[in-house]
Amino acid sequence: MVDSQVVLWGQTIAYTCYTISIMSLMAWFAYKITRQGDTYKAPNKLFYVYVSVLIVAGVSLHIITYNTIPWAPMDINRAEIKADKVFDIRVANHQFYLPADTLFIKVGEKAMFNVTSDDLTYGFGLFRKDNSMLFQMQVVPGHNNDILWQFNKPGVYSIRSTEYSGPKGAQMIIDHAVEVIE
Amino acid sequence: MKFIDIFLNGEGGLFKPKTLTPAQKLVLRFVVVSLVYYFFALFEGMIMRVFQVDPSFMPAEQYFGILTAHPLVGIFGSTYSLVFGAFLFLVPFLMKKPLWSIKLGNWTFILITAGTMVFWLAGFLTEYAPLYTLYWPLPADFTQFDPLGGAIFITGIAIVMVGTVFFVINIFKTISYTPEGWEKQPSKALLASALGLDAFTNLFKKKEKQKEHLISLPVAAVARGTVDVALNAGIILFTGVLILVYMVSYLMGIDLKHTAIDALLYKNWFWWGLDLIADGLVLIFVAGTWYLLAMLITGKKLFMQNIARAALLVELVVSWTVWSHHLMSDQAQPGILKILSGELVTAFELITQGLAFFITLVTLWSARPLKMTNPLKFLLGGLLGFGLAVPAGIMQADIGLNRILHNTQWIIGPHVHVAVLVGLTMTLYSAVYILFPIVTNGAKLYSQKLANVHFWCHLVGGIGMGAFMGMAGLHGMLRRTIYYNGEFNLYMVLAALSGCLLFIAFLAFFYNIVMSLGLNGVLQIFTPSKLDAKNTVPAES
Repeated sequence: MVDSQVVLWGQTIAYTCYTISIMSLMAWFAYKITRQGDTYKAPNKLFYVYVSVLIVAGVSLHIITYNTIPWAPMDINRAEIKADKVFDIRVANHQFYLPADTLFIKVGEKAMFNVTSDDLTYGFGLFRKDNSMLFQMQVVPGHNNDILWQFNKPGVYSIRSTEYSGPKGAQMIIDHAVEVIE
Repeated sequence: MKFIDIFLNGEGGLFKPKTLTPAQKLVLRFVVVSLVYYFFALFEGMIMRVFQVDPSFMPAEQYFGILTAHPLVGIFGSTYSLVFGAFLFLVPFLMKKPLWSIKLGNWTFILITAGTMVFWLAGFLTEYAPLYTLYWPLPADFTQFDPLGGAIFITGIAIVMVGTVFFVINIFKTISYTPEGWEKQPSKALLASALGLDAFTNLFKKKEKQKEHLISLPVAAVARGTVDVALNAGIILFTGVLILVYMVSYLMGIDLKHTAIDALLYKNWFWWGLDLIADGLVLIFVAGTWYLLAMLITGKKLFMQNIARAALLVELVVSWTVWSHHLMSDQAQPGILKILSGELVTAFELITQGLAFFITLVTLWSARPLKMTNPLKFLLGGLLGFGLAVPAGIMQADIGLNRILHNTQWIIGPHVHVAVLVGLTMTLYSAVYILFPIVTNGAKLYSQKLANVHFWCHLVGGIGMGAFMGMAGLHGMLRRTIYYNGEFNLYMVLAALSGCLLFIAFLAFFYNIVMSLGLNGVLQIFTPSKLDAKNTVPAES
C-alpha cells in the first residue's frame, strides 16, 4: 500500500500549482481590468463550458482519489476484509489503554484497531518519528470506532489523540506504541 | 488642518453626525462594535500565535479558553455585527422603503454586543473551554469545567441568538410589509421572489412567460442567507438549552446522565446547524455581496443574472445537506452519508461558489477600463480568498485525503482562515469602503496611503498565515493541541509574522476611519438621531 506521506506530497504539489495559477490569474485580471480594451460581451457558451469544467473537477477528484489512494476503498469495505491482527484499545479519563506496551505488526499485514471511549470524544492517530501523521480517526463514546490499515514498511509509531477533549488531551501521547517489523 | 483638529472632527470636518438618519446611525454603530470585536479576535489570535511558539507563555487552560472564545467573538461579535448592520441598512436602501423597525434593529445591536461580551467575559474569567465544536459530552464535563462559568457562557450565546432572531424578523418584515401611506404591497409575492421561487420556475419557462422579479438580486441573496441564519439560530438555541439543562441540574445537585445523549447523533445535529453558517449563509451572503459590489462598481447589469439567482437557491439547499464532510473520520457514521453528503454534495460548493466567482469577474471585465478603487481591490482580494479556500476545503472533504488531513492545521489554515480572513473579511471591507460615503453623507477618507497599507498587509498576512499553517498541517501538525518541544516552530514563527501583518493592516484601517470621522463624530454615532426614521438616507441626498 502506498505510504500516506507520498499522497501528502502529491497533494502539496497539486495545491501549490493551483495556488500559483489562481494568484497569477487574479494578478493578471487586476492589471488588465484597469486597461482600455475592446468591449467584450461574454457568450453564454463560455459560462456553460466553465460550469462543465467545475462539475468534472469536483467529481473527478473523488473518483481519482478513490482509485489511487488504497486506504479509501479499504475503509469503505472494511467490514468485508479480514484483518491479520486486531487490537482492542480503550480510552478513558484522557488515557489510552493498549493490550500491550508495544503493538507489533509484520510488514504487509492488515491491522484492525478497535477503539472505544468510556467518557469523552477523543481522536486516535498514528504518527511517525518526525511527527508527521500516518492516519487518524475520531473516537466517539457509545460507538465502536474501527480502522483497518495495511503496513508496508518497517517503522516505529507513536499514538496520539487527534481530537480536543479538554486541556488534558494535549498530553495523550504514547511513544513507541506501534512497531512494524520485517 | 492640525492633527488634533482632524482627530477630533474628522478629515475636512466633512462628517456631520447630526445629518445622519436613524438607519445610518444604526449601521455605523454595528460597524464600530464589529471593529472592536475584530480587534478582540485579532489580539487573541496573536496571543495564541505566541503560545504556539512558546507554550510556557501562559497556562494551557487559559490558552484553550481563548481558543474557545476566539472564533465565536470573530463570528458573532465581529462578522454578525458587520453583516447584520450592513443588511439592515442595505435592504431598505435598495428597496427604497423604510426599515420595518429601527427599534428592533437597535435591539439586535444591543443583544449581539452584550451577548458577545457576556460569553467572552465568562470564558476569560472561568476558562470554560469546550471549544466551538462542543463535542458531547465535553461541554457538560464538570470534572474539567466550572458549570456556573459555562452557564453564563451559554447564556451569552443565547442572548446573541435572540438578537439574531430579531434581525431575521426585521429583514423579512421589511421585504414584505406595506409602509404607512403606501399602496398595499403583495407580501406573498415579494417573499416568493426574495426566496427565489420565481427565479427557479423561470428556468423552466420560455422567455416571454417568465415572471418579472419583484426583488433585486442583492436583496434576494440577503433573504436566502437569512433563512440559514434563522435555522442556525434555532439549532444553537436548542443546543444551548440542552447544555444549560445539564449545567443548571448539576448546580442544583442533580447529576444527569451524559449517556442519555448519543454523541454521534449530537455531532450530526451540531454540524448540520453549524454548516448553515460555514457552508450556508457565509457563502450566500458573500455571493450576494459580490454581485452587489460588481453592479455598483461597474454600473452594469450582472452577467447571467437569472442563473445567479437560481444558483443562490441551489446554494441554500446545498447548505442543508453537506454537514457529513465534518464526519468523514467518524467510523460509525454511515458510509453512504460520507459519500453523498460528505463528498458529492460538498463538491457542489465548488460549482455554486465557482459560479459566483465567474459571474462577478465577467461582470467586472465587461466594464473595463475600471479604476483600481478601494472597493474594487478589496473585492478582488475577497474573490482570491475564496478561490484559494474553497478548493482547499473540497480536498479535505474526500474520504481518502480526510484520513490524513482531518484536525490538522491544514483545515484551519488554508481553508478556514483564508476563507474568513481573506475571502469574507476582504469582501466585507470592500462593502465598507463603497458604503462609507453613503452612510456618512459624504465623509472623506483621511488617507489613501493607509488604505493601501490596509489592503496589502491584510492580503499578504492572511494568505501567508494560511499557507504556513497549511504547510505545518501537511507535516502532521494538529489543531487544538499543544506542542511543547518546538516541533513546528519554523511554521508557527512564520504564521505569527503573517499575523503581525494582519495586525498592522487593522491598525492602519482603524486609524484611517477614526481620522476620517473624528473622535467626536464616532461618539455621536451612539446618540439618538433626530431625523425621520422613514428615510434610510437624508431626504435631500
